[in-house]
Amino acid sequence: MSRCLADRAIDHVVLERGEVAHSWRTERWDSLRLLTPNWQSRLPGFGYGGDDPDGYRTLPEIIAFIASYAKAIAAPVRTHTTVTSVRATGNGYLVRTDQGDWRCRIVVIASGACNIARVPAFADRVPRAIAQVTAQQYRNPGALPDGGVLVMGASASGTQIAAEIQRSGRPVTLSAGEHIRAPRVYRGKDLEWWMDAAGVLDQRYDEVDDIGRARRVPSLQLAGTPDRSTLDLNALTAMGVTLVGRLAGISEDGKAQFAGSLRNMCALSDLKMGRLLDLIDDWARVNGLDDKVEPPHRPPPTRVEASPPLGLDLTSGAIKTIIWATGFRPDYSWLDMPVLDRKGMIRHDGGIVAAPGLYLMGAPFLRRRKSTLIDGAGADARDLCDHLVSFLDSRLARISA
Amino acid sequence: MANAINPAKNGVNVEALIAAREALAKAPEAAQFKWRATCEWKDGTHSHSAVEGYYGLGQEQRHKKTFTFDADHPEVFASEDKGATPVEYVLVGLASCLTAGIAAVAQYRNIQLRSVTATIEGDMDIQGILGVDSDIRNGFGGIKVTYKIDADAKREDIEALVAQSQKRSAVYDIVTNPTNVTVVVN
Repeated sequence: MSRCLADRAIDHVVLERGEVAHSWRTERWDSLRLLTPNWQSRLPGFGYGGDDPDGYRTLPEIIAFIASYAKAIAAPVRTHTTVTSVRATGNGYLVRTDQGDWRCRIVVIASGACNIARVPAFADRVPRAIAQVTAQQYRNPGALPDGGVLVMGASASGTQIAAEIQRSGRPVTLSAGEHIRAPRVYRGKDLEWWMDAAGVLDQRYDEVDDIGRARRVPSLQLAGTPDRSTLDLNALTAMGVTLVGRLAGISEDGKAQFAGSLRNMCALSDLKMGRLLDLIDDWARVNGLDDKVEPPHRPPPTRVEASPPLGLDLTSGAIKTIIWATGFRPDYSWLDMPVLDRKGMIRHDGGIVAAPGLYLMGAPFLRRRKSTLIDGAGADARDLCDHLVSFLDSRLARISA
Repeated sequence: MANAINPAKNGVNVEALIAAREALAKAPEAAQFKWRATCEWKDGTHSHSAVEGYYGLGQEQRHKKTFTFDADHPEVFASEDKGATPVEYVLVGLASCLTAGIAAVAQYRNIQLRSVTATIEGDMDIQGILGVDSDIRNGFGGIKVTYKIDADAKREDIEALVAQSQKRSAVYDIVTNPTNVTVVVN
């Protein structure tokens, strides 16, 4: 957005509570790699020029990439500036920070969708002897006590964290609710390549049947594995991870109870993946790629044991750590505006918030399926910048009339 | 598959359900329902249950008539077999809930159903209820539902109907997740 504003010669500042790429520096585990390939991180006027386009950036490389973009576009970033409140004034907004106040006509909220780790209320029934860590706090297996680990959540974070903890010799039980299975490589090409080429990632928010639902879909089970291997539930059980259903509750005497719906959760996920691969196959056929790429194939169904465990005694000593990889929510506690719905999410139409001059970026399926990818920021920023410029022009016209 | 000119006719008023979903999203208090039944002991293990009233959409509601259910245990339990066993009512509840869901999802996805039959079986080791072995639970060890569905759709689409029906089923949720139960004596 800063780049687009600069292109239109619109005066602006970027307020950052820490350093550029703060959440990447402070809220991610050590081994994390970007789950999109290097070539796919395309920012306006800035792309990948290295010799490993199909690789996945390591955490230091992601931080360096974002920092170098900020430098390349000379973004007017005010670091170590924490916004404490945003409220409407007569002709714009008052932005209070711990480094003084700003008055402006436009506010673009780009503070992220993953500020606070969601943890279910019954987490307070976990026995005190068990360490509890969120995906946001987790750094590496070595920082955990020896012994069993219960990982809650089987989307991108939960599956990756489960894999590396299992490899560290700590036996992992993975609690899986709804999840979206996805092969890393399909017919010889990265799944992200297919979704990009076939237009899946460009699908617009006003083209889908139920945008509310599309925005709540969990993240794909994709990992930036250096060997481009798929990290799905079958890969995890092959490593020795035990699968259980979604955590349904914890009894007062410290027994975790898991839903008996694991088989259906896996069936839903396999079917959803099948539909995506069908779409890709159709697209490849229509576009004459069939003899240029490997033939279609389908991964085997997710294996679920005959009777997955329904309970686990958390007081037995077998589990030493619980990792909550149960999703995130944004933090809008500083936003002093009546623009939130009853679930605490900003009401918006493709990033245009129902308060004049207020915009949102980086939220799930904001304007396109790729809105939460680095690759999605450019198109969303251009669209919102167009809207923002015409809003400013109409205000100017009114003032001068 | 059915199409816009010849839409599926499964007898489910999907438009009304979608309208209700939109209305209730705006008025979540109207979505608060209470389901009720009464049960009266007759003799031995035989009881007679009835459902009639329930609460929903902000007021008391009534079924078109009172539905009654006899429950008993079979003769192998030295009972008189005057009705289905309570655990069979649970199976009936699960199968009928999933089947209703299949019809509704099929209607929404414009898939014409020709026949849907479910066979449902619950495994139970009755050493649990007899108190022979406290390590054995009273309830089902597992439940298996087998569907035979003849519909105007591909196999994957039929499987997706059945999967989505489980995802949205109240009884499936009740059976697969714990629920706090409070029993009081007045």
